[in-house]
Amino acid sequence: MALLQISEPGQTPDPHARRIAVGIDLGTTHSLVAAVRHGVAECLPDAEGRAILPSVVRYLDDNRRQIGFDARAAQADDPENAIASVKRFMGRRLADIADHGRLPYRFVDQPGMVALDTRAGIKTPVEVSAEILATLRYRAEDTFNDDLFGVVITVPAYFDDAQRQATKDAAQLAGLNVLRLINEPTAAAVAYGLDNASEGLYAVYDLGGGTFDISLLRLQKGVFEVVATGGDAALGGDDFDQALADWALAQAHRAADTAHDKRAVLVAARAAKEALTTADNAVLAAMLSGEPLAVPVSRAQFDTITRPLVERTLLAVRQVLRDAKLKRDDVAGVVMVGGSTRMPAVQAAVGALFGRPPLTNLNPDEVVAVGAAIQANALAGNARDGELLLLDVVPLSLGLETMGGLVERVIERNTTIPVAKAQDFTTFKDGQTAMAIHVLQGERELVADNRSLARFELRGIPPMVAGAARIRVTFQVDADGLLSVAAREQGSGVEASVVVKPSYGLADEQIASMLKDGFASAEADMVARALRESRVEAERMTLATRAALVADGNLLDDAETLAIEALLADLGRIAAGDDHAAIDTAVEQLAEGTEDFAARRMNRGIQQALTGRKLADI
Amino acid sequence: MQLSDDDFTLFGLPQQHAVDAAALAARWRALQSQVHPDRFASEGAAAQRLAMQWAVRVNAAYQRLKDPLQRGAYLCELRGVPIQAENNTAMPGAFLMQQMAWREALDDAADAAAVDMLDDTVAVQEATMLAQLTEALDVRGDTAAAAQQVRALMFVARFRGDIARRLSALDR
Repeated sequence: MALLQISEPGQTPDPHARRIAVGIDLGTTHSLVAAVRHGVAECLPDAEGRAILPSVVRYLDDNRRQIGFDARAAQADDPENAIASVKRFMGRRLADIADHGRLPYRFVDQPGMVALDTRAGIKTPVEVSAEILATLRYRAEDTFNDDLFGVVITVPAYFDDAQRQATKDAAQLAGLNVLRLINEPTAAAVAYGLDNASEGLYAVYDLGGGTFDISLLRLQKGVFEVVATGGDAALGGDDFDQALADWALAQAHRAADTAHDKRAVLVAARAAKEALTTADNAVLAAMLSGEPLAVPVSRAQFDTITRPLVERTLLAVRQVLRDAKLKRDDVAGVVMVGGSTRMPAVQAAVGALFGRPPLTNLNPDEVVAVGAAIQANALAGNARDGELLLLDVVPLSLGLETMGGLVERVIERNTTIPVAKAQDFTTFKDGQTAMAIHVLQGERELVADNRSLARFELRGIPPMVAGAARIRVTFQVDADGLLSVAAREQGSGVEASVVVKPSYGLADEQIASMLKDGFASAEADMVARALRESRVEAERMTLATRAALVADGNLLDDAETLAIEALLADLGRIAAGDDHAAIDTAVEQLAEGTEDFAARRMNRGIQQALTGRKLADI
Repeated sequence: MQLSDDDFTLFGLPQQHAVDAAALAARWRALQSQVHPDRFASEGAAAQRLAMQWAVRVNAAYQRLKDPLQRGAYLCELRGVPIQAENNTAMPGAFLMQQMAWREALDDAADAAAVDMLDDTVAVQEATMLAQLTEALDVRGDTAAAAQQVRALMFVARFRGDIARRLSALDR
C-alpha cells in the first residue's frame, strides 16, 4: 500500500514548487556536493558511491578531459596537464604564488590572474575550477533528474575580493546560479550547530589543502554571527607535503628537477603524511628519474619538520582572539574542519591552545558541503521561516590610497555585512578637476603592502582651491562579501563608480566567449537556457508575490491588490510564451509594481521584531 | 519606521548612554532576522534592494550603539553638540601628562607580559572615564562635558589600538 505523504509545516506541498538547491565545497584537494533530501543534508555520491571528487583536472587530446580520481592518478605521469590545487591560483598573479618554482606546471604570467599552459591551450584557474563545478553540477542533476535552481559555494573566510569574484566567475562558467558564497568555517558551524543544537561562542579551526581559516562564531537561536575571522590564504596541507618532501630530498641528497619528479615526490610525501596519522613510522617512497627514493620518517620527525607551519596557524588563532577582545576561556567549543586537521600534532596543538580537546564528531571532509547545503535549502525558500540566518563579516579591511602612498581604511575587518560606509576626501591642488580612486584590501599602512583591488577616476570636478571640494566615497559590501565603490563630488554632483572586479575578475564578455568556446554549449542551447532561466525567475517571483499576498495582503487596499493581481496575470500569460526578453520585462514590471508593498511588509517585520510578538497577537 | 529614524528609535531603546549589551545584541539579531537580504532570497530584485538598505542601516546602528564611545559621541550629536575632535584638541594638562607617561611605558615595555599589564591599567582608567560619560549624559544631562569626555576617550581608544598592534608584533 502506498503511504500518504505529509509535508512539513511551512513547506510547500507542491513537489514542483520545491526548488533543488545544493551546496558545493570547492576545495583545494577535493570537492563535494551536498543537498537536503528528505529533511536531511547529505553529500551526493557519484555513480561509484564516492562522495569526494579530487580537485584535479587533466587535459587530454581532442578537447577531452578527465576530472577527479582518474586525473589524480595520472598526476605524476602527466604533471603539466593534470592540474591539482588550482584553488591556490584563483584570483592570484604569478608573483603571489610563493612556491611556483617548485610546482610542475607551465605558468603563464598574465596580468590580473596567472594562467596555465596545457595540452589544450592556455587555461585560467577560473576555467579549471569551472570543470570541477560542472562535474558536480551534472552529478546533482543526475541525482535529482532535474535542473538545479541554485547553488551555495563555500570559500575560505580569508579569501579576498579577487578570489571571491574568481569563484563566482567559475560558477557562472559552469552554468550555475550562485545563490550565495558563504565562508567555509561558517558552513561548518551551521552543520555542527544545527546538529548539536549548541549555543554560545565557537571557534572553527579549518585547515584545508591550501588555505587556513580561524573563525569565532556566536550561535544563538538559529542566528550564526561571525564575531571575528582570520587566517592565511596560502597555508594548508599542501605545505606540509612540501615541507616533508624537501626534508626527504635533503636527507637523501637528491633533487627533484623535472615536472614528473616534482609531482612524484609530492605524491609520496602526501602518502607518508597520511600514513603517519595512525602509524608511528612511514617511508616516503618514490621513483625519481628512474632511481628509487626511500626515506623512512617517524611521526616525531614529521611533527618537528612541520612545527613551524602549525605555529603559523596558532599565531592566527591568537590574533583573532585579540581582535575579538576575547579570551580562550570564553570559547565553548572548538570545531575542527578540513582533512589536514586529522594530523595528531595539529589536534594536540589546538587542544593545548584552547585548553580543551577539539570537536571532531563530524566528518571533516564533508562538514563544509553539508553546511552549504543547509544554507542553499534555506535560500531557495524550502526551509521553514526563521530557522537559519548567517551574519558574516568582512575578512580584510577595505580602504583607499591617500597622499604619500598611505592607506585610509574605510571599512575595518570583522565588520558585519552587508555594510555601507562613506568617507569624505578633498582635493590636493588648486584647480584639480580629477581624482584617482585606488581601492585596497589589507591591514598594512602602506599601499605597497596591501592588495590593489581596483582603480578608477572621478572626472569633471569643478575647479576650486585645494581642499574646497568635498568628495564622498562610498564603500558597499553586499551579503556575498563583494565590494562596490562609488565617488561623488558633493557640490556639483559629479559621480563615478565601480563594481570591484576589473583587475582580477573576468569581464562579462570574456565569460561569454568562454561559454561560446564550447565550454557549456552551442548557441541554440544558450537561447534555451536563457528562456529556462527567465521562466524560473518568473515562477519564483510569482510564488513569492502570492505568498506575500497571503501573509500580508491586509496591508493593501482593494485597488492595490487588484493592480498586483493584474501584473501577476500578465506575467503568467507571458511566461507561457517563448520570448525570454518579454518574460524578463514582465518580471521587472511585477517587481516595480510590488516595491511599495515590499516596503510596507519590511516595516511590519521590523515592528514585529521590536515588540517581539507575532502579528497575530497585535 | 523609517530608514532615517535615529539608532535608538530603530532599536526601540531609550535615548540614553546606559545600555544592556545582551538586550542590544538580541534586538540586533531579531531585526536582522526580519530585514536581512537572505530572508528575501526567493523574491525579486526590488525586495533584495530594500532588504539590503535596511540590513545596512541596522548594522550601522548596531556598530554605533554597541561601542560605548561611539554611542556617547552619537548621543552628544543627537543632543546638538557634535564632537568635532579635529577642532577641539585642547585637553587638561593632567590628562596629557598621563598620556605621555603611558606612551613612555609602552615604548619601554620589554615583552608581552609588560604590555598586557599596561593594557590592564589603561582598561581600568577607560572604564572609570566611561562611567563618568554615562553619568554626564544620563544623570547630569551635561552634554558639553560629555562631548569633552568623548574626546578624551578617543585618545585612550587610539592608545589601546597601539597596544593591540604592539601585542600582535610581539607575537610574531
